[in-house]
Amino acid sequence: MGAPADALKRALIVGLVTLGLAFPIVALRTDANFSNQLVLTQRWGLAFTLAGIAFVAAFLLALVRPVGFERTTPGKTVTSTPPHPFLRYLPYIGLAFLLAYPFIALGISSAGGTGVLKLVDTYGIQILIYVLLGLGLNIILGLAGLLDLGFVAFYAVGAYSSALLTTTFGLSFWLVLPLAGILAAFWGVMISLPVLRLKGDYIAIVTLAFAEIVRLVLVNWVPVTGGYAGISSIPKPTLFGFSLGSEPGSLPYMLGFPPSPIYRLAFMYYLVLALALAAYWVTIRLRTLPVGRAWEAMREDEIACRSLGINTVTTKVTAFAAGAFFGGLAGAFFSAHYGFISPKSFEFLESAMIVAIVVLGGLGSMVGVAIAATVMIGGTELLRELGLLKAVFGPDFDPAQYRMMLFGLAMVMLMVWRPKGLIATREPTVRLKPPATRGAPAAVPAE
Amino acid sequence: MDYFVQQLINGLTLGSIYGLIAIGYTMVYGIIGMVNFAHGDVFMLAAFIALILFLMLTQLLGVGSLGLALLVVLVLGMALTSLWGWVIERLAYRPLRGSFRLAPLISAIGMSIFLSNFVQLVQGPRNKTLEPILSNVLVIPVGDGSVTLAEKQLLIMVVTAALLGVLWYVVRHTSLGRAQRACEQDRKMAALLGVDVDRTISLTFIIGAMLASVAGLLWMTYYGVVSFSDGFVPGVKAFTAAVLGGIGSLPGAVLGGLLIGLIETFWSAYFTIDYKDVAAFSILAIVLIFLPSGLLGRPDVEKV
Amino acid sequence: MRWLSEPLLAVDHLSMRFGGLVAINDLSFTVGRGDITALIGPNGAGKTTVFNCITGFYKPTSGRLALSHGGPADPAAVATLTRSDKKRTHGATPELFLLERMPDHAIASEARVARTFQNIRLFPGMTVLENLIVAQHKTLMAASDYSLGGILGLAKYRAAEHKALELARAWLEVVGLVERADDPAGDLPYGAQRRLEIARAMCTNPVLLCLDEPAAGLNNRESAELTRLLRGIRAQTGVSILLIEHDMSVVMDISDHVVVIEYGVKIADGTADAVKNDPKVIAAYLGVDDEEVAAAAAGSVRP
Ligand SMILES: Nc1ncnc2c1ncn2[C@@H]1O[C@H](COP(=O)(O)OP(=O)(O)OP(=O)(O)O)[C@@H](O)[C@H]1O
Ligand SMILES: [Mg+2]
Repeated sequence: MGAPADALKRALIVGLVTLGLAFPIVALRTDANFSNQLVLTQRWGLAFTLAGIAFVAAFLLALVRPVGFERTTPGKTVTSTPPHPFLRYLPYIGLAFLLAYPFIALGISSAGGTGVLKLVDTYGIQILIYVLLGLGLNIILGLAGLLDLGFVAFYAVGAYSSALLTTTFGLSFWLVLPLAGILAAFWGVMISLPVLRLKGDYIAIVTLAFAEIVRLVLVNWVPVTGGYAGISSIPKPTLFGFSLGSEPGSLPYMLGFPPSPIYRLAFMYYLVLALALAAYWVTIRLRTLPVGRAWEAMREDEIACRSLGINTVTTKVTAFAAGAFFGGLAGAFFSAHYGFISPKSFEFLESAMIVAIVVLGGLGSMVGVAIAATVMIGGTELLRELGLLKAVFGPDFDPAQYRMMLFGLAMVMLMVWRPKGLIATREPTVRLKPPATRGAPAAVPAE
Repeated sequence: MDYFVQQLINGLTLGSIYGLIAIGYTMVYGIIGMVNFAHGDVFMLAAFIALILFLMLTQLLGVGSLGLALLVVLVLGMALTSLWGWVIERLAYRPLRGSFRLAPLISAIGMSIFLSNFVQLVQGPRNKTLEPILSNVLVIPVGDGSVTLAEKQLLIMVVTAALLGVLWYVVRHTSLGRAQRACEQDRKMAALLGVDVDRTISLTFIIGAMLASVAGLLWMTYYGVVSFSDGFVPGVKAFTAAVLGGIGSLPGAVLGGLLIGLIETFWSAYFTIDYKDVAAFSILAIVLIFLPSGLLGRPDVEKV
Repeated sequence: MRWLSEPLLAVDHLSMRFGGLVAINDLSFTVGRGDITALIGPNGAGKTTVFNCITGFYKPTSGRLALSHGGPADPAAVATLTRSDKKRTHGATPELFLLERMPDHAIASEARVARTFQNIRLFPGMTVLENLIVAQHKTLMAASDYSLGGILGLAKYRAAEHKALELARAWLEVVGLVERADDPAGDLPYGAQRRLEIARAMCTNPVLLCLDEPAAGLNNRESAELTRLLRGIRAQTGVSILLIEHDMSVVMDISDHVVVIEYGVKIADGTADAVKNDPKVIAAYLGVDDEEVAAAAAGSVRP
């Protein structure tokens, strides 16, 4: 009976609070005028519009869910029903799609869509770099349950060490790639050793501090790192000594292909895909080994682990080392692909982005990481481009500005509404009985 | 000698501001054991609110008296910032009680990113520079030289001291303080004994936001520049202060704040300004690793 | 009187302080090899703290915890080891361990002391079977050549994993959880979680099993089943059991030896019969739970 009245009351409160929040930060904008003095621009309309939107939204929400918008009780148990068949085949479908992607991109662009270079580079390669990073952090955060807010440090170590090794010592990319991984893993060990005895939140803060120190050193140690200017002209990888550009002497040239940048791009695409698949495979193997099970057990209950004779110190170190290794590989690939690196690419936001990918994917789920990276990176890239929004909000509207704000908001909403991420089911690492198929469950034991 | 004393004054001024922010971290950590990662951005937001209110009063409403304007900004700013603090807790943290261990921290990181980008969006990415206020200086002879103490520095120290007095009274002698301490010890038990835990936690966030609001106002007065990115580094430094002092301890937060302010000032004065943030981050790491219970915190044995 | 003639663990002058609070004060007792020993006392007496000291989760303020494998310890050998700065002997018979010097995981893996917790600590998101496999970490880790051989899928590791699965299945049968093997541990009902925690501890192949209130929250039928389970475990494996329990019927029913503490101090030590008639024990329990003390004193054991 009183539902609409209650809803109205609730919505009024929400609207008023929003108005309070919008005043003065939205309603009055500060700008410097010609004589460099700050002056105010009044935008009361905007503030009232926001409050109005909040009012209407709260009213509708309260009508739909009169109890309030509290989430149902969260649980960390995994579902015992076998995963949906679609989920089981998803990795294979995904793999087929990934292998075919450059050709699909070619198809899209010849059908009049976006250019193929952009499709392969921004969407393909960039997303796969984040998948690789996400798989690395997935070991530390998703499996071992250690919130590393400084994962970007390993990425930076990989990128800078491979850039320096190739530009200064002229080493080949193929030698530098594993070296970068090993160096990053070494850093993982160095960073993890001091943080091991710390409690959850403290680990997050200390890793963040370490990553900031790394970044500040990159900025300030100009003779070696080039400071803000970074390192440029990093040589491109070759295939058995052959370049993949289109200049004379390159592989495509000798094969008689018409000159185009697409060969190198496709090569880089398959390279990063191979790296991501390798990371995927290694993680699958590790999960079924004692280390991997110890990681997950540690995430579930560290004290119980210790009572079973598991040395949580070495277990944490191995998690950091393994995760950092993949971070280092991603860094080496990044520097070789773009040919230029600077501290700008290794800021805290990057770490937050990778954390968000792992969390959105559903801590521990590798397919989840891949989907989440696609959604987050692809989504924000799409947002950059949508001309539609410009048409709605006027020509000054720049969706890219909203990107990070929405990203932050999404992280909060994710925790509130779906803390277990997109893929909330967990595949056991070992079974006593073969898994039951959906629809034909194994005989339920009589109680 | 006079250079040293001058740096001492500057360090204490900066340290007072860090101390005020640190209290917000320490109180929240004490009561719900969570690092409120967004607190630095609440401080940044508060500095913006203070700046806008100040401009509104002096430009739009033509308030001539500087003292009156600052007083109104102080009070109104505290009210508005605590509204933000309350809403943030209500929307981003309260629904997560009982969720998995890392959920509140991840949500707080999201909130921090949201706040800084929100302010960037609505106020623009440029630094906001205010003409200097309260810059008259007292010249105090020291040894064979002299040092200067600006009015605003005096203001900062006096306001900080006064607020700490009020806060100390609230925590030690009111029912809110008792409820807070009860929740710190054992939240379930406190609830059983009739303490309104949700309200206590809300109030803790509100107090933290209020102090951050004062810190924001003081920051704006002292430096005269605010930027949307000012939440991160001062936030981390204030958190370092809270940890250095012993997280959960109010006097510890103030002491830690003063120490961080002094270390930063002396580092820049005598060494190199380039690595001054490296110093802060290194202290954070070193303290957490070697002195996790801080200077004034109680060491705790993990209950099994 | 095996705790006197053939001690497995000797707790000597153990003290534990938390700031000003003295949780355990100069406590000494022994645990007999093959015995079921009960550690009882009113709430807050310090029982769990004793467990935490034995299993290395707390570093005792002072005192010695000497454990021996394969026979009663020679006092002279214990004294020699105590004077040295070593944690344990290597290759001696009996092998000696000074638990207060060892980190928690080494106490579990080397001294072979396993435990359960007052508030159950399973790995709730992992399956029942995985819980038992994780408990065999040490053997599997060695078999996987610290992951290097394992990642390549060497046969040696696969054989070891197969054996681990068999052991897990055997324990699942003992605690009656085979049907639930592939379900998340967190989905089990309370009583089953308690049994799983015991099975998991047994998978570490311990010489001493420490159970912190295994019957808490169980109904009468389940308590009786638990008693049977513990007796069966001891008969099958010869493991010595140290348990904390408030349910006097369980304590009186299965204990060979009962140690009673109050405010961190031992007030009685002896057979179940001797202890339940001890006036100090009755006094300590009066006002805590009269009914149970009366029942215990009258020797009437609840079914
Ligand atoms: N980590 C700790 N820090 C501070 N005090 C502690 C800690 N662990 C235990 N104590 C204190 O030591 C005393 C003994 O606690 P303990 O848990 O050992 O009692 P208990 O005999 O197991 O009680 P119960 O029957 O309620 O489980 C209590 O006063 C408790 O508060
Ligand atoms: Mg206990």
